[in-house]
Amino acid sequence: MMVKVALIGNPNVGKTVIFNNLTRGREHVGNWPGTTVEKRVGRGKHKSVTMEIVDLPGLYELTASSIAELIARDYIVKENPDVVVNVVDASNIERNLYLTLLLLELEANVIVALNMWDVAESRGYGIDVKTLSELLGVPCIPTIAPKKVGIEELKDEIVRATQKRRVGGRPISYGDDVEMFIGKIETIILRDARLSKYPARWLAIKALEGDERALKTIEELAGPETLSEILSIVAESRSVLGGDPEVVLAERRYNVIRVILERAVRKREVKLILTDVLDEVFLNKYLGIPIFLAIMWTVFYFVFEVSEPFMKLLNEGFIMLGKLAGETKTPLASLWADGICSGLGFVLQFIFPIIFLYIALAILEQSGYLPRAAFLMDRIMYNVGLGGRSFIPMLLGFGCNVPAIMATRVIKDERDRLATILVIPLMSCAARLPVYVLIAGALFPEYAGTVVFSMYMLGIILAILVSLLARKLVPGLKGKPAPLLLELPPYRVPTLTAVLSFAWRRALVFLERAGTVLFAGALILWFLAYFPWGVEPGSGDSYAGLIGNTLQPIFSPLGFDSKLVTALVFGFWAKEVVIEALGILYGVEGEEEIRSVIAASVSPLTGLAYMAFVLIYVPCIATVAAVKKETLSWRWAAFLVAYQLTLAYAVALIIARLGSLL
Amino acid sequence: MVEKPLSQLNSGEKGRVVKVVGDPLLRRRLVAMGVVRGAEVIVVRRAPLGDPMELLLKGYYLSLRRNEAENVFVEVDGKQT
Ligand SMILES: Nc1nc2c(ncn2[C@@H]2O[C@H](COP(=O)(O)OP(=O)(O)OP(=O)(O)O)[C@@H](O)[C@H]2O)c(=O)[nH]1
Repeated sequence: MMVKVALIGNPNVGKTVIFNNLTRGREHVGNWPGTTVEKRVGRGKHKSVTMEIVDLPGLYELTASSIAELIARDYIVKENPDVVVNVVDASNIERNLYLTLLLLELEANVIVALNMWDVAESRGYGIDVKTLSELLGVPCIPTIAPKKVGIEELKDEIVRATQKRRVGGRPISYGDDVEMFIGKIETIILRDARLSKYPARWLAIKALEGDERALKTIEELAGPETLSEILSIVAESRSVLGGDPEVVLAERRYNVIRVILERAVRKREVKLILTDVLDEVFLNKYLGIPIFLAIMWTVFYFVFEVSEPFMKLLNEGFIMLGKLAGETKTPLASLWADGICSGLGFVLQFIFPIIFLYIALAILEQSGYLPRAAFLMDRIMYNVGLGGRSFIPMLLGFGCNVPAIMATRVIKDERDRLATILVIPLMSCAARLPVYVLIAGALFPEYAGTVVFSMYMLGIILAILVSLLARKLVPGLKGKPAPLLLELPPYRVPTLTAVLSFAWRRALVFLERAGTVLFAGALILWFLAYFPWGVEPGSGDSYAGLIGNTLQPIFSPLGFDSKLVTALVFGFWAKEVVIEALGILYGVEGEEEIRSVIAASVSPLTGLAYMAFVLIYVPCIATVAAVKKETLSWRWAAFLVAYQLTLAYAVALIIARLGSLL
Repeated sequence: MVEKPLSQLNSGEKGRVVKVVGDPLLRRRLVAMGVVRGAEVIVVRRAPLGDPMELLLKGYYLSLRRNEAENVFVEVDGKQT
């Protein structure tokens, strides 16, 4: 027998640990169809019952206004899982039970896992499990997930629950006045057989709350007359209840919870909690930001510096492998060495910063620091049209845009996340630095440092402008940042296995999704550089050179000659390549020589415009692949390329024009 | 008893929620997080840059931006200011 089990709970309650305990590591990670919300499905077995366990997104409520919440509620209503395990943080039980009540409204077959039982005890909560189960009308099982306490009992209860399905259960009463309106709407809903696949009381409550999805469903299935009949009851309730029904209902739910807790929970006073002490330091008025910057520096160092030797080694390994084919005299040998091996090396090297990034992020997240970083930085980010959670991904952009874009997963709101993804490429990544250093060094030997620094500043300023503008103009991004409403959970010691398995899984997902796109891109560029066969690779005679020559007239207002333009074509692959390409195009080798040809053949003004162009136009195909992967749409990836090319051209043109006036 | 927006409370001050106003979506999120009539709220601190603020309510910590906290009216002990 196979039973479907759904796991649901507030964010950060230990759902993942429970999931791992139930599935023993056999799982499949993907996305919910058409969204970037992660979907995890696993299998487990208990007493000859096979369980398919679906991890629903962490959430606080079940409205129609968030993708994650819609996914969860549609799953429960439409897929009708046999059991819904509601993971509750027992040390924060009052707010957690709000979701429990919503699940009971949904008439799901709920089992409550009272997780963090140890934390609850240390905080002085004495929970009478039997009374709580009776009052809620569903089984409650205390658990301490990382120590596997209560997991066997939970499994037993899941198996038991699948055998006797709770039918409707005992509904929780929200008070006579509210119940009268729920009853009236419910009668109308019950009258119509077309609505029978939804739990009637739930649909009635949602309609009373003015839930857009529920009202739309009623209109589509039962027709506009039924809808207007219901809407008139909702309107009537507004005056009788003295407020918006949805607010009144939320209040009543909290009243119900209070009554339950008065009977089932005893609270001892506990003096100082470690979290309060730590926050005195980490969120301190004077120390908070310096500590934050120090932590960010450490993360940065860890992600980019530590992974660099690994990247080099891997790259060199593939170059050696490429040489196995001997001299690259034939197209096939070149395909092997310069196409496949160096392409693979290029793609695979990203795995290191990505693994290190995810290790760092997992530690920040599990320790509870991530929301605090958002708390510290929110003011700045809000002023530029984003939210506090956007800060860390953007900062990581200065290292490499690819992991930075993947890090936007920490941003819960979809529009905030998209807006952040679109501006991250303006954060000048480490690969662009050598280009600035070379050109600034050649053309502005006296002020090279200042010029390089101003490129970074230009990127930041443009990011702010683009973000502000996008939130005014671009459909899909328009609007204010999402409300903050950020929970600051207690600090916890991260667990090593959880951190490592998280990082490893994510890195694999990157390879699977972005890897193919990237590899294909690398092969195309190889073809452009090495063909027609026999030309000097990457020179003006190659296809890439031809493209450069063809495009050059477009760039002549900026002062770029065809060599500079051809190097930009290669820059699509990776920014470091720009220098290499310039070397080949000018027929010189070594940084010193490239520097002197540039000093001799490019004017300082053109150099400035060129650096700005390199800063702004698409960072590299890996970034485009990452954007495609994280937004699940070529549309956003294409939009990114289009806006960046336009912006790069405009800024370079302004520099060239203004400069020529001076 | 004085009624004022939550955003005007100083760190360490305590209030009891009397009403939540403003944009429906925000209000809905606030009440779901426990910012409901009758709930006791303590302002723990403000972020070093002055915004957002951190609150303690229903046994957990929640942070709100000033423009969000402006929609929450609380009753506090003390004289009219
Ligand atoms: N002390 C204690 N810690 C726990 C317990 N359950 C989970 N944790 C820890 O709490 C942290 C959060 O657990 P997760 O499983 O990542 O929480 P989650 O609900 O999956 O979080 P999101 O996926 O972000 O919503 C981890 O560091 C766990 O090790 C518990 O019962 N007691």
